[in-house]
Amino acid sequence: MTEPAVVVEDVSKKFRLYKERNNSLKSAIMRGRRAVVEDFWALKHVSLEVPKGETFGLVGENGSGKSTMLKCMTKILRPDEGRISVEGKISALLELGAGFHPELSGRENVYLNGAILGLSQKEINRRFDEIVDFAGIGTFIDEPVKNYSSGMYVRLGFSVAINVDPEVLLVDEVLAVGDEAFQRKCAEKFADLKHEGKTIVLVSHAMSSVQSICDRVAWFEHGHLRMIGEPRDVIEEYTGNVHVDREVDGDGLRWGSGQIRLTDVELLDGQGRAGTSVRTGERCTLRIHYDAPEPVTEPGFAFFFNTINGMPVTGPNSVAAGCVPDKLEGQGVVEITVDPLKILPGTYDLTVFVADHTLLHEYDHRQNWLRFDVERGSIREDWGVVSISPHWKVGEMEGGT
Amino acid sequence: MTTVAEYRSSRELFTNLTLRELRSMYKRSFLGWAWSMINPLANTLVYTVVFAYFFRLKPTPGHPSGLTAYALYLLPPMLTWNFFQTGIMSSVGGLIGNGNLIKKSYFPRELLPASAVASTLVSHFIEMGVVMVVMLAYGNFYALLYSPFTVLIILLAAVFSLGLGLGLGVLNVYFRDIQYFLTILFLLWMYGTPIIYPNNTVMYRVVNGVNHVRYLPGTHVSLFAVMKINPMTEMELLLRQTMWNGTHPDWMQLLYFAAWAFAALGIGLMVFRRFEGRLAEEL
Repeated sequence: MTEPAVVVEDVSKKFRLYKERNNSLKSAIMRGRRAVVEDFWALKHVSLEVPKGETFGLVGENGSGKSTMLKCMTKILRPDEGRISVEGKISALLELGAGFHPELSGRENVYLNGAILGLSQKEINRRFDEIVDFAGIGTFIDEPVKNYSSGMYVRLGFSVAINVDPEVLLVDEVLAVGDEAFQRKCAEKFADLKHEGKTIVLVSHAMSSVQSICDRVAWFEHGHLRMIGEPRDVIEEYTGNVHVDREVDGDGLRWGSGQIRLTDVELLDGQGRAGTSVRTGERCTLRIHYDAPEPVTEPGFAFFFNTINGMPVTGPNSVAAGCVPDKLEGQGVVEITVDPLKILPGTYDLTVFVADHTLLHEYDHRQNWLRFDVERGSIREDWGVVSISPHWKVGEMEGGT
Repeated sequence: MTTVAEYRSSRELFTNLTLRELRSMYKRSFLGWAWSMINPLANTLVYTVVFAYFFRLKPTPGHPSGLTAYALYLLPPMLTWNFFQTGIMSSVGGLIGNGNLIKKSYFPRELLPASAVASTLVSHFIEMGVVMVVMLAYGNFYALLYSPFTVLIILLAAVFSLGLGLGLGVLNVYFRDIQYFLTILFLLWMYGTPIIYPNNTVMYRVVNGVNHVRYLPGTHVSLFAVMKINPMTEMELLLRQTMWNGTHPDWMQLLYFAAWAFAALGIGLMVFRRFEGRLAEEL
């Protein structure tokens, strides 16, 4: 166990929600000094520890307290209860280019922003070229930043922040800045920082990047720390929970005009057993039960599934396959067989819908209806989500060079 | 809590923030820094016409400098008053204006008022340098001789300004009335300080060429003694000594002014520390 870089002990943070705010002396005096205030606890008794060199993710829905936590770590907000201690130099990427002055040149702003982040004049001198290079600003560096495109603005902000050489880097949702090339540079830079043993605390909604970057993840819910652990476990719980939450709400999971209703779904594995798991490389059958009280002409069925991080995997439909009945009435079953299943092991969410033949007017749509696992099987690959069943040849080829 | 490294990086940031203020001060204006001198000169012109020409107010001639020009009497304390007032106002405005910086990054918050005052101080020194040249042109070499004291007085005014800027600035985040209230306060305060009218007009009433001391109505307390409670009157007297008369400052007055300045700084810092914790939420 390495020593901790960030220690959060029993921290609570309360915000005042002003119902009637004493923004003027008059109202303060008239109301006897007391503003009408309602307390809102953004964080409640949160304790956690981030060891040195760890990349730590904070996830949760909007308003769950994760950004408040990050701001408390940077000392921008002061917790009402509890203590936070951070070992080493902090750099925070909360909003890029927050301190930029529009009338000043990029150069002047780099020095200013660097100083805000705790760099000395000498250190900035030394890194200046690197910063400008990384941002890809070029000759614009001596232009006032108000003439920058929003992309240049953010890139320069990011470049300064990342070149501060912090021991602890706190990042709030800023990974998705700039074009693809810049994003790739950022990802590389993060990997470098991680490799150098820097501590990174990251707030993000992008589950796939959280899963790939973080060593551990904490899940916040309504200001409480709900769960902390391996990214895979926490994200699975979290995304599952988000879905369940919405199901309770009612409409979120299911919509449609109702001419045909999807009543049940079954997943059968290679042995014909119904369940929620199938094997990669084996036969797999999906059975969708429907009920059409009135006759419906030319309906189309479709399903798709995503990884639990929300990445689309595939989405076939009966219209594209040329399987459109003229008319459908009463109860029935749609059976889709896949043999062999070329999806690699993992957990997936299945969505099914039935619509008219254009697939635009939905009769019934069941979002994330079934969560199922693809287990290990005859396909021995483990990269990505699909196999393309490649044929391999190694060695000298006829007619080759 | 304040480590050496934190102190050093704060100093760097302070310099940078001050430079930012200075650089952006007259950006995109054609005359640039000349404006910092044009405004007071316009004021001087107006006041000279109104007070020296229409009202025929004459300051007591400077001794030993021998100066008699009303404009030279007016300029040094008026410029320092302007500096004092601008320092406070830009501290107060600076906390609101830099709201985004406060909400999105951490640094010692005191640096914002401090850099606001510091940048105003720099431009004030430039203005006073120009005034000094004029003084020399009028043959007032005493002003140059005693200029270290002038610098000291200005620095004390800066301390005073910072103290008020810190306290009022942080309170203004909670009660935005303060900035409007300050405009009125400064108007009253300036006219309550003998800056644009000469001291002798408050001290004496001239009847048949004889000076009669002015008293507070119905008492035997001299009006000027009451005005001297106002620390800015002391500032004005001190500057008239070093810049107009060309003498060293009155030590007791200097001490009195310094006491006010540092008391203001102490209280201002206390208030600032007390309320800065929730700045990021209130902005």
